[in-house]
Amino acid sequence: MLWEPVDLQLEIEMAEAADLMSDVLTQSIGGELLLTGLVNSHVIRTAEMVDIKAITFIHGKRPDEKTISLAKQKGIPLLATKLFLFEACARLAMRGLTGSSGTIW
Amino acid sequence: MDKRALEWDYEIEGKDFRNAGKVSSKVKEILKELGFDPDFVRKVAIASYEAEMNVVCHAEKGRLHFAILPAVLKIVVEDRGPGIPDIDLAMQEGYSTAPPEIREMGFGAGMGLPNMKKNTDELNIVSTVGEGTVVEMVIRPPLSREGSG
Repeated sequence: MLWEPVDLQLEIEMAEAADLMSDVLTQSIGGELLLTGLVNSHVIRTAEMVDIKAITFIHGKRPDEKTISLAKQKGIPLLATKLFLFEACARLAMRGLTGSSGTIW
Repeated sequence: MDKRALEWDYEIEGKDFRNAGKVSSKVKEILKELGFDPDFVRKVAIASYEAEMNVVCHAEKGRLHFAILPAVLKIVVEDRGPGIPDIDLAMQEGYSTAPPEIREMGFGAGMGLPNMKKNTDELNIVSTVGEGTVVEMVIRPPLSREGSG
């Protein structure tokens, strides 16, 4: 975790992955968790607009302090993984997370 | 029904990427506080954010006017900027004039205007090349609120 609220109680069933924030904004049903390789403050803003509840940065990437503080302001927990996007998604899917279609298999 | 319209005006600075999204964030907070349906709030926030990003990415400066009217919600975004020479072309998914630095931030995929259309009930664009663009969006709440019927 890069940052989490003290009272974090979050249940996530649906995820999405994108480096293009335009793609995140055009999803009609948004995921609750966003996995992305982008680390700028627009990721936080985009997440805020579409009600994404948590963000995971992949490939060991870290956002700067200003981006983290914006996430704090908005109450959006931030996670980081060394895994690349495909493997991070695959592992979550194997544990039962779905995408916007509601199913993976 | 209260006939009084609730209205807000915000300035948007062109190329101010650090603050891009602030205005739409305020719009979303206001609607959430007023208790609007979350899916409706999300649609409005997306449309507003796309319009705001367009001003930040392409224009010198702009203004977002946001009004809650008895039956609809209206957002008008005006900017002083290069204008859109061919609106039909700009409405096509994937068409973009965004420079590389905007694409690096995850935008400029040519989805902004089509996405604004998708999330609104009415979208009107008037643009003068070399002067600027006015985007007007009307969004209807899913159910008319009590007394507005």
